[in-house]
Amino acid sequence: MTQLALVIDLNVCVGCHACVTSCKQWNTSGQAGPMFDDNPYGKDPTGTFFNRVQTYEIGSYPNTETLHFPKSCLHCEDAPCVPVCPTGASHKRAEDGIVLVDYDKCIGCKYCSWACPYGAREFDEQQKVMKKCTLCVDRIYDQSLDERDRKPACVLACPTSARLYGDVHDPDSEVSVAIRERGGYQLMPEWGTKPANHYLPRRKTQINIHDDELTRVDNPLKKEDIRHETSKDVSLDDWLM
Amino acid sequence: MHPTFSVIFLTTLIGVGQGLFLALFTQQSYSAANLLPSQGSDFYVTGSLLALAFLVGGLIAAVGHLGKPSYMFTRAWRGITQWRTSWLSRELILMPLVMGLVFLYGAFHYFGWEIRFLDYNLANQLTLLLGTITTAAVFGLFIATAMIYASIKFLQEWACALTVVNYTLLGGASGFTLAAAYAAYAAPELVGFYVGWAIILTIAALISRGGSLIRNARIKHKSTVQTAIGVRHPQIQQKSMGMMGGSYNTREYFHGATAAFLKSVKWIFLVLVFPVPVLLLWLGMDGGKGLLVAAFVIQYIGLVFERWFFFAQANHPQNLYYQTV
Repeated sequence: MTQLALVIDLNVCVGCHACVTSCKQWNTSGQAGPMFDDNPYGKDPTGTFFNRVQTYEIGSYPNTETLHFPKSCLHCEDAPCVPVCPTGASHKRAEDGIVLVDYDKCIGCKYCSWACPYGAREFDEQQKVMKKCTLCVDRIYDQSLDERDRKPACVLACPTSARLYGDVHDPDSEVSVAIRERGGYQLMPEWGTKPANHYLPRRKTQINIHDDELTRVDNPLKKEDIRHETSKDVSLDDWLM
Repeated sequence: MHPTFSVIFLTTLIGVGQGLFLALFTQQSYSAANLLPSQGSDFYVTGSLLALAFLVGGLIAAVGHLGKPSYMFTRAWRGITQWRTSWLSRELILMPLVMGLVFLYGAFHYFGWEIRFLDYNLANQLTLLLGTITTAAVFGLFIATAMIYASIKFLQEWACALTVVNYTLLGGASGFTLAAAYAAYAAPELVGFYVGWAIILTIAALISRGGSLIRNARIKHKSTVQTAIGVRHPQIQQKSMGMMGGSYNTREYFHGATAAFLKSVKWIFLVLVFPVPVLLLWLGMDGGKGLLVAAFVIQYIGLVFERWFFFAQANHPQNLYYQTV
């Protein structure tokens, strides 16, 4: 069974919001109609987004670390938003595990958004239906695109390749290897939602170098360079010459 | 959560309607067993219409909770399809079912239709049977309505059996209080019976609602900002939520009121739902119409506060992601 998902490498995310804007651009121009924007250039702009980048500060000054944290729908394997929907609009596709909303069936009761612990769903105030990340389902299967372009818009936009995309059920896929070898984890594991999207933790790239590794005591080059005081005594060389 | 008035009115109004039906049918069962004086069909017909009016009022309030009112006609019918998994779907099935059954109950009384299922001498067997079915549906509707909230496990304030008990008892209490006021006009000999049950149900509701307030005051939330972003460090502060203008996430899940306001709402409902109606019911025991109507109106207003507080008190874990602009 395929389960398409994103793996987000927090170690290299620089918080540039390119995934946010590319997501909005692609999805607002898509077949499902524009995503709501209210007062975009005015005083209190608001609108529907599928993806956000948040920033956290870990530790206390001066020992702090900044974490940029992109958050979109996690396409949970046991998605709590799906069984609660009364109309069947909210569904999880059997073939690739993408959680989608059928905008023609949704009655806008917002119950699914209450049932999502991650706040991944946003209500479209214009169409009056619930919207969410589609994993660019209208793009990843588009045969008219080059194969390398058949990826979610956010993945293609990321300048640091912090977003990996693939099948987390295939043990040899790029994402599965990344999860396995780089400590991939899920958000809020306490609710048993089994998010398909994983996050790779921040890592310190450092090696331990001891002084004697920089300055070898037995370095022959160094040995030659050691200049001793010349002796005033008569040496064997003096006698021979 | 942000309390929505459509849902507040939906749950309180149908609670009254369901409770009033239970009150009517309780009386009919008692009189079938010769424990209470039997009533003419007018009593049940007007009472069923009153209960139906509250149920329809709840339905109208529910339409306000849809994205667009037109979805009521174009899309809401799909709401009956997911009854296997969704408590909301079950509620959507049970609500019209209860309304239809209450309507039939009133209609059968009005036309005085009668079928004798049982051999021995018992009047109104058809309406007794219909009333029993309707009672089951009414309890089903109480459970479905409450389970919509109690089934979301990470809304820990709601995910508790007390939620179901509260919805049932508060609906029942308000319905029996209304029945007492109704009896003061339609059948004064029943006032004492209804007042007694209304007081018992109100006190029972106080115990269970008080229990859930105590439970929620001591609740320990499972999710923390550490589990939310998956970083194991005791000190994590959000510096940006990714937008400045607010979004659905900042509107839908926050009640937007101060802690002092929340606390005062709690005390307002604790006073208006429980002691004041009990006192008025007790004073109106001998048929004081004004007192009994006042008891119902005050209890209903209190229930609106109670439901507002119910929603506002629930703390959604997604709020962990939306702490700082």
